[in-house]
Amino acid sequence: MASEAIRLDGVEKSFGAVRALAGVDLTVAAGECLGLVGHNGAGKSTLMHVLSGNLTPSAGTLAIAGKPYDRQWTAAAAQAEGVRCVFQELSLCPNLTVAENVRIVHRPLKGLGWKGRARALIRQKLDEIFPNHGISPDDEIADLAIGQRQMAEIARAFTVTDGKLRLVILDEPTSSLDAVSAQQLLAYVKRETARGAAVILISHLLGEILSTADRIVVMKDGKTVADRKASGFTRNSLVAAMGSEAREHKRGAARMAGAEVMVSAQPRSGGTAALEARKGEIVGLTGLAGHGQTRMLLQIYEHRQASMKGALAFIAGDRQSDGVFNLWSIGRNITTRSLAALRKGGLIDLAAEARLAGEWKQRMAIRTPDVNNNILTLSGGNQQKALFARALASDAAIILMDDPMRGVDIGTKQEVYAMIRAEAEKGRTFVWYTTEIEELTHCDRAYVFRDGAIAASLGVDELTEEKMLQASFAEHTA
Amino acid sequence: MRAKLLRQPWVYSFGAALAVWLATIAYTHGQGAGAILTAALSFATFTIIVGLGQMMVITTGPGNVDLSIPATITLSGAVAMKVMDEDTGRMAIGIVAALGAATLVGIFNYGLIRILRIPPIIATLSSSFLVLSAAISYGRGIRIKPPEPLAQFAEAQVLGIPIMAIAVLALSVAMAVVLSRTVYGRSVLAVGQNSRAAWLAGLNVGRTRFLTYVLSAFLAGVCGILLSGFSRGAALNMGEEFLLASIATVVIGGTSVAGGRANVPGIWGAALFMYLLVTMLNTFGASAGIRLILTGLMIIGVIVAAGGEEQR
Repeated sequence: MASEAIRLDGVEKSFGAVRALAGVDLTVAAGECLGLVGHNGAGKSTLMHVLSGNLTPSAGTLAIAGKPYDRQWTAAAAQAEGVRCVFQELSLCPNLTVAENVRIVHRPLKGLGWKGRARALIRQKLDEIFPNHGISPDDEIADLAIGQRQMAEIARAFTVTDGKLRLVILDEPTSSLDAVSAQQLLAYVKRETARGAAVILISHLLGEILSTADRIVVMKDGKTVADRKASGFTRNSLVAAMGSEAREHKRGAARMAGAEVMVSAQPRSGGTAALEARKGEIVGLTGLAGHGQTRMLLQIYEHRQASMKGALAFIAGDRQSDGVFNLWSIGRNITTRSLAALRKGGLIDLAAEARLAGEWKQRMAIRTPDVNNNILTLSGGNQQKALFARALASDAAIILMDDPMRGVDIGTKQEVYAMIRAEAEKGRTFVWYTTEIEELTHCDRAYVFRDGAIAASLGVDELTEEKMLQASFAEHTA
Repeated sequence: MRAKLLRQPWVYSFGAALAVWLATIAYTHGQGAGAILTAALSFATFTIIVGLGQMMVITTGPGNVDLSIPATITLSGAVAMKVMDEDTGRMAIGIVAALGAATLVGIFNYGLIRILRIPPIIATLSSSFLVLSAAISYGRGIRIKPPEPLAQFAEAQVLGIPIMAIAVLALSVAMAVVLSRTVYGRSVLAVGQNSRAAWLAGLNVGRTRFLTYVLSAFLAGVCGILLSGFSRGAALNMGEEFLLASIATVVIGGTSVAGGRANVPGIWGAALFMYLLVTMLNTFGASAGIRLILTGLMIIGVIVAAGGEEQR
């Protein structure tokens, strides 16, 4: 192997109770394009933030060109050592021009005429990577289309003033690029690595990875689970490495086939495939995060291009912005969805309200001595249980769940899964958006979303991570 | 028990009112102690009526405030006096007309906020110009006395306690019940804490806000009718002082400006405090300038004392 560009050993990073990186070793050789793949939450982005100095790891060491780096590894240090990155969320200042944005990362561009030199630098690099890009160095970022911003940001990452370019991290660089620009970029990556710089390429488009990378590392649950030459992978073996073994299924298939259709809806954001959920059914919405699943739930909730038989309740995943009433007690938070039903002679029956809250505290096993305590006295997981109680205590026949297990501990999850199962047996319908693939095993069926549309519908015997990933990653046939 | 009492935000406004009253009668050596209280109860009731409406509006969340209360008071007073035309037999129709006009103002306010998407502070301020102009052109140049029964009701007392104060006490109790035991009241509190969460919890956010703005205007209408009975006629500046008063009583009374937390007893304490404060400064013989400065400082002082532990 060629000389080392950068090496990480035993890197760990935790956010509260969440272990995002569980001891990662990663070596990038000079002149190498390393493909990095893994599903949402596998730890790819966290690892890249550590590499770029934006996050300080809880443990682990870093070495540059074979020598351990013993000072504090910061974003400025990474910049000085020639480590650049292009993150998914673009980081150019929208109120500045392209050339001015170049100056931000290049301190040597100063004194008289810095702007002219910045212009020349970025124009030359844009021409080199994306011929016919149509961007002027004097364009303000805010005036550029999203794809052009991405091009400007990528080109900026490859510009050099002093020092050398050691490693460029490209996190989903082609997500906003059209097919032609994407090909131009991938071709440039090969040219740049031939000149000795290292590139880490993260992409959900497995074809890109397989065609461009020299070596592929697969991450899962904060660890690297495979590390081989790209030629040693096929599309299928890569998907298999990202996923986990197929799980056995507890539920009987086709049990629901004859049941009444409770919800039918067609995504407004794209596609012609429609969603259906039957009485007593748990329907999963899956696919990569942010591909229209939450929009689908809200569309059903707002009754837009959706029809349903029965009342709805919504369980938010983002507790703080969509769920909890901070000033209220646990009890009041639970009964919010049932107030109309608790009325007696026009007034809310406080005794009945207290009974309802007490009953659901028991059933959901909410850990509190008193439901009259403020909701914020509960841990996050127990707050989430209160939100489940709010929906389940109501008269709703259809429960919409927007990735409700975010940040919930495993014990609580198991309790809530059992509760959802029991409620479905009683005839309630659940539409469940989840980013956690294991949760699909609790569903009867699932719809895979891609680009706002339903890309596939998976039956009970197809609810495996592999199938889900296959449907999510189906490539654009351009 | 004592600690629990001290945690109630309304305790501070009552404490302040009591302190100011004691300071006043200490200065006068006890002279007129009862009369001052009676007068305070009479004048405070008007502030309390509009304060309850303003409290509901402010409780529906950040940015919600009703600045059209003074104009609505004036419009309601002018309509009531003109329709009643000093005729006792026309009192009922006058009240209906005045309250109807006030209700329309509330509907108009919400229309501006919802349909035209104008921020409440601008919407109610601009509508108050329209409303005040309407009141001026409608009541141009006339000075009509209220029918005798209305004036008597506004001034009547039982054992030194104004009947109106008793009626407003009943209104306040009703409002407290609405807040804690009706779907509308709970919706107001929920929307004020987090309107998106309220919507996702199945509450009708739009209807809640609509009813709140209409309620505030309606109560301003009630205030306008009673005030023109009490002060023997409507005047075009009769609502003026209630702009600051309605907001100050809500804030001093411990209602959260950030929304979601209302406090009915605090409105009483704050309204009494505001009136007694002016009385005290008058008794001390303070000049108008000093009076304004001290009023401002005292209000800030009470808010700091009452709001100190609300910070989280």
